[in-house]
Amino acid sequence: MTAPAIELKGISKAFGPVQANKDISIRVMPGTIHGIIGENGAGKSTLMSILYGFYKADKGEIFIAGQKTDIPDSQAAIAAGIGMVFQHFKLVENFTVLENIILGAEDGGLLRPSLAKARKTLVELADEYGLNVDPDALIEDIGVGMQQRVEILKALYRQADILILDEPTGVLTPAEADQLFRILGRLREEGKTIILITHKLREIMEATDTVSVMRRGEMTATVKTSDTSPAELAELMVGRKVLLRVDKKPATPGDIVLDIKGLRVVDDQKVERLKGIDLQVRAGEILGIAGVAGNGQSELLEVLGGYADGTGDVSLNGTPLDLSGRSSDGRSRRRRGIGHVPEDRQREGLIMDFSAWENTAFGYHREPAYQSGALLNNQAIRNDTAEKMARFDVRPPNPALAAKSFSGGNQQKIVLAREIERNPDLLLIGQPTRGVDIGAIEFIHQQIVALRDQGKAILLVSVELEEILALADRVAVMFDGHIMGERLSSETDEKELGLLMAGVGS
Amino acid sequence: MDFLTLIQLLDSTVRLATPLLLACLAGLFSERAGIFDIGLEGKMLAAAFFSAAVAALSGSVWIGLLAGISASVALSALHGLASITFRGNQLISGVAINFLAAGLTVLIAQDWFSQGGRTPSLMGGARFEPVTLPFAEALSSVPFLGPVYSELISGHSILVYIAFATVPLTWWILYRTRFGLRLRAVGENPAAVDTAGVSVIGLRYAAVIICGVLCGIAGAYLSTALQAGFVKDMSAGRGFIALAALIFAKWRPWYALWATLLFGLFGALETRPDVIQAVIGIKVQGQLLGALPYIMTVIILAGFVGKAIPPRAGGEPYVKER
Repeated sequence: MTAPAIELKGISKAFGPVQANKDISIRVMPGTIHGIIGENGAGKSTLMSILYGFYKADKGEIFIAGQKTDIPDSQAAIAAGIGMVFQHFKLVENFTVLENIILGAEDGGLLRPSLAKARKTLVELADEYGLNVDPDALIEDIGVGMQQRVEILKALYRQADILILDEPTGVLTPAEADQLFRILGRLREEGKTIILITHKLREIMEATDTVSVMRRGEMTATVKTSDTSPAELAELMVGRKVLLRVDKKPATPGDIVLDIKGLRVVDDQKVERLKGIDLQVRAGEILGIAGVAGNGQSELLEVLGGYADGTGDVSLNGTPLDLSGRSSDGRSRRRRGIGHVPEDRQREGLIMDFSAWENTAFGYHREPAYQSGALLNNQAIRNDTAEKMARFDVRPPNPALAAKSFSGGNQQKIVLAREIERNPDLLLIGQPTRGVDIGAIEFIHQQIVALRDQGKAILLVSVELEEILALADRVAVMFDGHIMGERLSSETDEKELGLLMAGVGS
Repeated sequence: MDFLTLIQLLDSTVRLATPLLLACLAGLFSERAGIFDIGLEGKMLAAAFFSAAVAALSGSVWIGLLAGISASVALSALHGLASITFRGNQLISGVAINFLAAGLTVLIAQDWFSQGGRTPSLMGGARFEPVTLPFAEALSSVPFLGPVYSELISGHSILVYIAFATVPLTWWILYRTRFGLRLRAVGENPAAVDTAGVSVIGLRYAAVIICGVLCGIAGAYLSTALQAGFVKDMSAGRGFIALAALIFAKWRPWYALWATLLFGLFGALETRPDVIQAVIGIKVQGQLLGALPYIMTVIILAGFVGKAIPPRAGGEPYVKER
């Protein structure tokens, strides 16, 4: 019997009082794709960082191909034949593909021979695995899918036999993700061992041979993928049954709240990002905007949220909305009854170094309840925040804690609480559950549906098709600044929407 | 303006550009590796003092140069310690080094020589003398090229030639060697270097040490070649002009040469108001010329002459993250 490509025995790692990995053991056989699935903060990335020499385990042993191996740093990991493709690529943006590939693996003091050798190797690798890239292209000029291939090539160039991919599809379009999985399949055929870290059940089911589930730092199960089901894995991940479908009544749409006609946005580089959008959102319904990231959804949210200028006719409850000029800003939008949960909560929704109560007041700091004469009534804000945190189940419920100390899901709940509790007529939500763990996703979805049932209009932007389908009553698909089509979510499916997202028109 | 005046002007341009060029390339190494260095001024000043002082005491300018380089490298190491090892704020560390050098040089000079914060005037072997290149005498009578060779190209101190040779050398190191590739990478994305199994800290220390060596030569040039001895604050803002030149040059070696020559020309013109008046017919205040490098840098930064994009990881301490 062959030795496992990787075997971990009893790995433990603590950061202060937090036990990130508890006595983890795992065996991965060569020539297989092994999935590791778990919620955010379950300890997946910590485990892989130990394997790649970023952290040193407090306890435990690592065996590579049957040999006990110490991995004190990345250099040692590379020498042991481990390659890692990080979630956020580690590429030098203004270097060429070739330069990025040889960086750290040069053959000598001078570059010319290294570059020539790498060019030759690259052609061979491209043929062998279908990894086509232009060696002389600058990283900043190529798309994320291509950048990811460069990362894989980097690992292969260093003769990695074991490839670890951390949330590889987070930034990819569905088509790019499919291509990635084809490449991984080829690598497996060539005898490479692949570890795929993800929180997407679908990918685990489609791509892996075996799967390990992590929960709160522990490995709760390792099973053959063919012997399990998404529902079972989901249960193992969170430790209880979750509703993958959102429980909601049919919508009862009322009057038109948001009416958009011919909305155009031109960005700083003079590129037209919205090319004449027509949309309507009614009271008591959720309109989902689907699309591959970068097709104008962000600009739509920004112009409606009041921090980008646009042209066209937009009215809220029948009264026109200024799309540029002095009364087109976040403050006047809020005054008109528009709440906004921005796509990038860490940059646009929160100030990470500020406390939860300060973040709760942002944008609403002029509220009478928060004033004490000419000054802010900090105690009132703190009390209010504590109440909101309790209602939205923010953990830990401590208003004095900095926003960055909360997990992604709890950060999102803080933003949601701030916006929803203002009782907006229209709520704009971008990527409500990006980087949020399953338990929190369920809660956030329930809150959004509850707001709809109160008769509010909701405009939801998400790149997660599953989320759109589960949550929205109607779906509009954006492609290249246009609306490709609108569907009732009860009358469409992922396949039809996928075609629209790819620009294949109806 | 006659031909000889032009030669004189350019000759003084070269002499004034030399310390700027060395300091600019020093900054280039440091900033390309992601370590901002506004302490060029302080390092030059410290090197100027120590090279003049040790040259005066030992009678050998070469030992003086070595002392100047050592002083500058020591300050570089301090900057490295603060900004690389302890991940401190690079601007503050640089400012501290400038203050430290400005104060310490005068204090030590007074203690050692009791001449009001100066060093004694350097003579003979304690100074870099002009080097006369081969055939300079013989060729000086050849029309046009003769004076250019014998007056402009020949007759500078060895440090001037070193400075100009450093330009192609820097270019070659940066773009043709493994070290250069890694250096540029660490200034753009240290995480990429780290995950490739190369030490970010090691590379950044190497860069600041090279910066120290070049600043040391620049400082030694001031006190042992351009002038004969150290006087208080003799670097006179050259470190800052070199930084301006670095931005003007968009962090590239050949552009750095042209930028510092241009700024050197401004410096040369500052001392020859008669030339400007003769050429353009108006009297221009010397101070305006002195301010020109800064004015041009502001124009560059405002984006009028193409974009100057600094190394992307510049100024940020590297913290390993998952």
